[in-house]
Amino acid sequence: MKSLPITIDSVRKAYGSYVALDDVSLDIRAGEFLTLLGPSGSGKTTLLMALAGFVRPDSGKLLLGDRDITRLAPNKREIGIVFQNYALFPHMNVLANVEYPLALRRRRKAEARQRALDALARVKLDGLSERGIGELSGGQRQRVALARAIVFEPRVMLMDEPLSALDKNLRETMQYEIRRLHDDLGITTIYVTHDQREALTMSDRIAVMNSGRIQQIDAPQHIYDRPSTRFVAEFMGEANIIAPGLARRIDGADAPRETLMIRAESLHLDASLAGRDGVALDGTLRAKAFRGENWLLTLALDGGQEILVCIPAALAGGCVELAASQRVTVYAPAQKVHVLPGAMA
Amino acid sequence: MSVAADPALAADGRRERRFFLSLSLPALFIVGLAAILPLLWIVRQSFLTTAGQYSVGNYEKVLSSGLTWSALATTLELSLGTLVVCIILGIPLALALASTRPRVANVLMAFVMLPLWTSILVRTYGWLVLLRRDGLINAALTGSGLTAEPLPLVYNFTGTLIGMVHYMLPLFLLPVYAAMRDIDTNLTRAAASMGATLGQVIRTVILPLSAGGIFSGSILVFIYTIGFFITPAVLGGGKVNPLSIRIERTLSTFQDWGSASVLGILLLVLMALIAVMFLTARRLMAHNKMGAAHA
Repeated sequence: MKSLPITIDSVRKAYGSYVALDDVSLDIRAGEFLTLLGPSGSGKTTLLMALAGFVRPDSGKLLLGDRDITRLAPNKREIGIVFQNYALFPHMNVLANVEYPLALRRRRKAEARQRALDALARVKLDGLSERGIGELSGGQRQRVALARAIVFEPRVMLMDEPLSALDKNLRETMQYEIRRLHDDLGITTIYVTHDQREALTMSDRIAVMNSGRIQQIDAPQHIYDRPSTRFVAEFMGEANIIAPGLARRIDGADAPRETLMIRAESLHLDASLAGRDGVALDGTLRAKAFRGENWLLTLALDGGQEILVCIPAALAGGCVELAASQRVTVYAPAQKVHVLPGAMA
Repeated sequence: MSVAADPALAADGRRERRFFLSLSLPALFIVGLAAILPLLWIVRQSFLTTAGQYSVGNYEKVLSSGLTWSALATTLELSLGTLVVCIILGIPLALALASTRPRVANVLMAFVMLPLWTSILVRTYGWLVLLRRDGLINAALTGSGLTAEPLPLVYNFTGTLIGMVHYMLPLFLLPVYAAMRDIDTNLTRAAASMGATLGQVIRTVILPLSAGGIFSGSILVFIYTIGFFITPAVLGGGKVNPLSIRIERTLSTFQDWGSASVLGILLLVLMALIAVMFLTARRLMAHNKMGAAHA
């Protein structure tokens, strides 16, 4: 199956005075797994629906390979879509749902059946082909939706929060399976989610969106460790944005004068974990909470700002004895201290 | 191991259920008084001769009369005709309404419902004004030279059908529109993304999923139109004689309560048969709906 690159060129879409997509440009490589990540209302679903052809942009261009699809009807785009609520046809059984796109293409009945059964086997649903949609569990419906989206060999796949209705364990299994399916088929995939962990786990690259704009696009590790804006930093995980002057260098050199971003789990109670060129933060313990795999400490820095410190339970021997209002110093290694570019103090 | 229920709590539950059931009593009383009793009276009448003796003579007389069977045929023709026109006009209209934005759709829906707010008599005479030989429509047609002669639009089957469709279309539309509005937009989007044209989306997704609404609308049209009286009486001009008109004639001309009662029962049986037919068809369709992919 030949997958295609996608080019999104200065796409704008406004609903009245509300700007859903504000001049969005994005290049997606052929065969890439790209995630659009953002809070609700950030424009990620609008962008996906524009690619699918259900939202008409006010201006801008969408290219599939070399072909301009901006004005192409949805049914001519050859794009597979998995919807948030699966959108399975309730009046057809599993097999009929998966055969549907082939029936539209007037494939021979025996061939259509074979390909539908192959697709169902690929998503591990063999043996359920005669079931009604109402008889399936959420995870099984999800798999039918996947089979139906890949069976007609689309060159691009769009997924709109496909796992949001599943419980946590199932979600993790499906994350792995969707990624495996993508790797097997090599199909260009755009995946929409508001779950940063899901985005980090699954993607080749993540595009973080907020209020109709792409804030940052990068590989998961870079997005996590080196966010370019405060929004990205805070959306991607427990981030401490430290105003200039609050941190001091462990080796006594001049304190950094920029705004720093340090993840909660990069802070340690033990100075030896940070190294001499790391930074230290002094504060008072406000609260502590045990969360199973780790302890979460809330510290009030001397300037009054609160920070979060996440100590792995295995290293948290000292946490148990810490009392409220006690003076605590936490340390972070230099490579985990990220200077936030252009952030306002 | 089950624990024996507390008798006091169980009694509370029973009392609550009885209270809510008792709320239906006033309605049941009125229905019983206004529908069941007259019905029983009609059944009794149908077996009484003019001399006051019980016999099946009325049935023999009515069922052997050609007039009865032609009236039955007219009734069915009118109902079926109304239904066909309602389907032809109503389904595209419901599709249009269901695919417009809700606010616009509500305004359009109010216009569709407008006929229901005016008295059927007023509307029927309104059609008379429009459809007569010298009425607005024929005046426009002959005046503009489109037709040389005025078209026979009223005092016949066509006129009656127009009046009946006008009355029934909103009632047919309501359940069909509701069913279509309930279809998840993502279903039609999914179909389109897989390559379905608009026609294929309508045929393979929208119509099957609104079949329930279309069935309800159709039953409604049939049940209503089978007993229609005013419209054929005014717009039929004496030439369209369904069962309802035969009943009225039998009473007003011959004062034959026995035969009129038999005709009434015939109408009732007809309705019951049609209702059973529709419901059976619906159940069969629901049963066979699986595995119908090939478009």
